[in-house]
Amino acid sequence: MIDQVSVAPEKVIPPAPGSPVAAEPRKQSTLTADVWRQFRQHKGGVMGAIVFLTIIFLVVFGPYIHGVDPSALNVRERNAGISLAHPMGTDNLGRDTFAQILAGGRTSLSVGVTAMLLSLFVGTTIGVLAGYFKKLEGPLMRLTDLFLALPLLPLLLVIIMLFRDTLRRSFGPETGIFMLIVFVIGITSWMQTARIVRGAVLSVKEQEFVLAAKSIGTRERRIITRHILPNVLSPIMVSATLGIATAIITESALSFLGLGFPSDFPTWGRLLFDGVNFMQINPSRVIWPGLAISLTVLSVNYIGDGIRDALDPRIRGR
Amino acid sequence: MVHAVNGISFHLDEGELLAVVGESGSGKSVAMMSLMQLLPMPPAEIASGRVNFQGQDLVKLKASQIRQVRGSRIGFVFQDPMTSLNPVFTVGFQIMEPLREHMGLSKRQARERAIELLELVGIPAADQRIDDYPHQFSGGMRQRVVIAIALACDPKVLIADEPTTALDVTVQAQILELIKELRQNLGMAIIWITHDLGVAAGIADRIVVMYGGQIVEHAAVEDLFDDPQHPYTRALLESLPGRHAAHEKLRSIAGQPPLLLKQPDFCPFSARCKHVFDKCLRQNPPLIAVEGDHRAACWWNPETGGVRDVA
Amino acid sequence: MFHYTLRRLMFAVPTLFVISFIIFALLDLAPNDPTGNLPLTIPPEVREQIRMSLGLGEPFHIRYLKWLQQFFIAEPLNFIEQAFGIEIGNSAERVRIRSWATRSPVVDLIVERMPQTLWVVGMSYVVGILIALPVGIISAYRQYSWFDQIGTFVSMVGFSVPTFFTGVVLIVVFSVYLGWFPSIYDTTHRVTGWDSFWVQVRQMILPVMVLALYNAAQLSRFVRASMLDNLNQDYVRTARAKGMKERVVLLVHVLRNSLIPVVTVIALGIPTIFSGAIITEQIFRVNGLGQLLIIAIQGADIPLVQTLTFIFAVLIILCNLIADILYGILDPRIRYD
Repeated sequence: MIDQVSVAPEKVIPPAPGSPVAAEPRKQSTLTADVWRQFRQHKGGVMGAIVFLTIIFLVVFGPYIHGVDPSALNVRERNAGISLAHPMGTDNLGRDTFAQILAGGRTSLSVGVTAMLLSLFVGTTIGVLAGYFKKLEGPLMRLTDLFLALPLLPLLLVIIMLFRDTLRRSFGPETGIFMLIVFVIGITSWMQTARIVRGAVLSVKEQEFVLAAKSIGTRERRIITRHILPNVLSPIMVSATLGIATAIITESALSFLGLGFPSDFPTWGRLLFDGVNFMQINPSRVIWPGLAISLTVLSVNYIGDGIRDALDPRIRGR
Repeated sequence: MVHAVNGISFHLDEGELLAVVGESGSGKSVAMMSLMQLLPMPPAEIASGRVNFQGQDLVKLKASQIRQVRGSRIGFVFQDPMTSLNPVFTVGFQIMEPLREHMGLSKRQARERAIELLELVGIPAADQRIDDYPHQFSGGMRQRVVIAIALACDPKVLIADEPTTALDVTVQAQILELIKELRQNLGMAIIWITHDLGVAAGIADRIVVMYGGQIVEHAAVEDLFDDPQHPYTRALLESLPGRHAAHEKLRSIAGQPPLLLKQPDFCPFSARCKHVFDKCLRQNPPLIAVEGDHRAACWWNPETGGVRDVA
Repeated sequence: MFHYTLRRLMFAVPTLFVISFIIFALLDLAPNDPTGNLPLTIPPEVREQIRMSLGLGEPFHIRYLKWLQQFFIAEPLNFIEQAFGIEIGNSAERVRIRSWATRSPVVDLIVERMPQTLWVVGMSYVVGILIALPVGIISAYRQYSWFDQIGTFVSMVGFSVPTFFTGVVLIVVFSVYLGWFPSIYDTTHRVTGWDSFWVQVRQMILPVMVLALYNAAQLSRFVRASMLDNLNQDYVRTARAKGMKERVVLLVHVLRNSLIPVVTVIALGIPTIFSGAIITEQIFRVNGLGQLLIIAIQGADIPLVQTLTFIFAVLIILCNLIADILYGILDPRIRYD
C-alpha cells in the first residue's frame, strides 16, 4: 500500500459563528433595537456621536455660558494668547475668538443641517418616484445623471455670484445669503441620495408585504408612506449623516473663497478666510476654526460609518 | 467554537476511488480541505493528527512546502464551478499557472499542455477555447476546466468536493463518465465527496460514511450496499426513492444533524437513531470491525439486535 | 467593444449640449452688465456700441447658436493654434471670445495658465494613487490589524479635514516655523536648468501634498473595500489549491478583480481634483486655472466664466466616458454585450 494518505484522529475546528448556538434563547427584537445595539459596539460611531452632541451643546448653550459678544471690539487686547477671559485668544481687532467660533458654529451647523434636509428631501422624493413608478424611472434617472455631470463647484460659485445681490436686497444680507447657500448646496447634493433610495425602493418593492398591501387595494401614496419609506429609512440615514458633512465642508469652502457669508457674519469658513492674512503673527486664528470644522465633519463621518456598519446584515449579530 | 471533525482516520490506496458520503454539516468538506491546509487558519485550527502522504506529514509542513504539494501532487476540484474560476483571466491562463509554477514549463510548452488538457476533459475546439473567459462556458464546461486545472501537473491524488452537486443531472452523468475514463487512463487515486449514495455506488471502490464529524461506517462498495451496519447508513439507503414501491411515502430521517460545541462523549447519531440504547448515550462508539475491512462505529448489532461486542 | 464605446459616446454628446445650454442660460440671465465696470464718463451711445460688439443686442436663441458655434468650432481651433503654435485656416478673421476684464482672448489666458494647474493636479493625483493602493491592499489583507486600524483612522481624518485647512496648516508648519518650503508660489519662475527645476519642485510640494493626501484618504478606503469584497471569493481558494504563492494570489488574482471598480473611481475622481485645485490655488497663490476662475467670478467676467465652466463640464463628461470604457476593457464580462 504505497502512496497512501492516512489521516489519524484529528479535530478540526472551523470558524466560530460567534455566539454559541442553541445555548441561549434569542431575545425578540425589532430592527431598530438590533441596529442600535450593533451601533453601540462600533467604537468610532459612539465616539463620533458623543463629540458631535458635545459640539452641538457648546454651540447652542455656549454663548450664554461664555457671555462675550463676538463682535465686541477691544483693540487694546488684540492678538492676545490663550487666557481665562479669552480661551482661544483674540483677533487683530480684539474680538474674542472663542465667542466667534461659537457664533460661527451656530451658522455653520444650521446651514449644514438645513442644506442636508433639503437635499435629503429632494433626493428621497426623486428616488422614491423613480423606484416606484416605472414610467418615471427613465427620465428621473437621466436627470440625476445630468446633475451629476454638472461641474458643481464652478456652478455654485457662479450662482452665488449671480444671485447674491438680488437676494440680499429682498431678504436682508444674512437671511438672503443663508437661503442662497442652503438652496445652492441642497440642489447640488441630492443625487447620491436619489440613487441609493431608488435602489432600496426597487428591492423593497418586490417584497411580499408590498404585494399583500396592493392586493387589499391600498392606495399608492399610502403604500409608499406606510410600507416603502420605513424600510428605506436605513440608507437614508447614512446619506443624511454624510450629507451634513458635505454641506458643512461646502459652506466653509464657499466662505473661504470669499463667496459665502459677508464678513461681519462669522461662519467657520469665513473665520478661516479672515485669519489667513494674519497667519504669520497669530496662527491660532486659523487653527481654531479649522479644528472646529474638522472635528465636526470627522465625528459626523464616524457616525455615518457606525450606522452603515450597524445596518450591514453580514456584520450584525456577529 | 464548533468541532467540525472529531477524530477521523482513513487510508487511500494508489489508484483507488474512495467516496466520502455525508449530509451537509457532517464535516466531510472541512476534513478534506484540512488535508492540504486549505482552511483559513485563523479561525480554523487543526487540533491534532497527521496526514501521511508520500512519506511526509502534511499537517506539519510549512506554507512554502505545502504549496508544492497543492496543485502538483494533490489536485482539488471544488463544488461550485460558477465561482471557482477567476472571471477576469482566460481559462488558458488559469490552467497554465500551475504548469509554469510547479513544472517550470515555458509559456509555449504550458500552452500546448493546456490545450491537451482541455481536449482530455472533453472540451471541443480546445485550441480556440483556450483563450475564452469563464463566463463564456456553461456550468458543465466550467467544471471540466476546473478538472483540467486539477489534473494539470499529473497529481497522485485528486480530491473532488461534490463536483457535480451544482450541475443538472445529465451534465452530472457526463462528468462522472469523464472521471471514470480519466481514472482508467491516468491511474490516480480519487477522493470523491458527495451526499448522494447513488453517485458513490456508481464510481467508488470503497465508501466512507461520515456523520457529526466522525466516520460512522467504512466498507468496500459492495459490502456497504449488501450489508449496511450503521443505522445512519441503513436509514440513508432506505430513504433512496428507488427503494420504495410507488405511492409509498418517502422515508426520511427525522431530526437535524448536530452542531457540536465540544467533542461528544456520546454517539452523535443517538438523537435520531431508532435503535438507541443506554450505552450509546454514555460512550461514543469507535470504529468496530465487522468483517474484513468493513467497519462501523455503532454499539448495535443488526443481526442480533443487541449490543455488539468489541473484537 | 466598438459598439459599447459608440453607445457611450452617444449618451455623452447630448448631455454636453444640454449642459452647455444650462451654462449659457444661467449666465445669460445674470443681472449683470459688462459695461458696469467701465468708467462712468463713457457716453451711453458708446456703451451701447460696446454692448452690441459684445453680442448682447440680439435675441436669446441667436446668441445661443452663435455661442455654440463659437465654443464648438472656433474656440477649439484657437486653442489648438495657441497651444501648438500652428495656424489653421484664416485665424485672423475668426471672432475670438474675449475676456471683458483684460480684453485678451479667453483661450490665450487659459493656455497660459493651464500648465501650472496640470502639473499640480497631475502630480497630486499620481502621488495620491501611489499612496492609496498599497495602503488599501495591506489594510484589506491584514484586516483589523493595527495597520488597518491606524490606516482607517488616518483615512477618516484625511477626508474629513477640508483641504483649505490642511493647506493652511502645512503652510504654518513647513513655511512659517520650519522654513523648508516657500509659502507663496513664484509665478514667474522658469525652469531652465537643474537648480531651477529643484526650486520648482520645492514650491510645488506643499500644494501637491495637500491634494494628494485628500485623494489618498478617500481612495484607500475604496481600495480596501474592493479588496475585501474579493478576498472571500471562491476563485481565491482555487488559486491557493493550485499551489500558487500567496503573493501571486493577492497581487494577481485578487487585485486584478478589485482594480475594476477602483480604476473607474479614479477616472471619475479627476474632475473632483480639479475642483480641489481651485481651493489650493487660492491658498498657495498658484497662477492656475482655478485662480483664474475665482478672479473671473469676482470680476463678473462672463465670457471667461462661461468658457472655464464649460471646459470643466467637458472634463466631467470626458472622464465619465473614460471610466465607462475602462470598465469595459478591464472586465471581460462586460465587453461582449
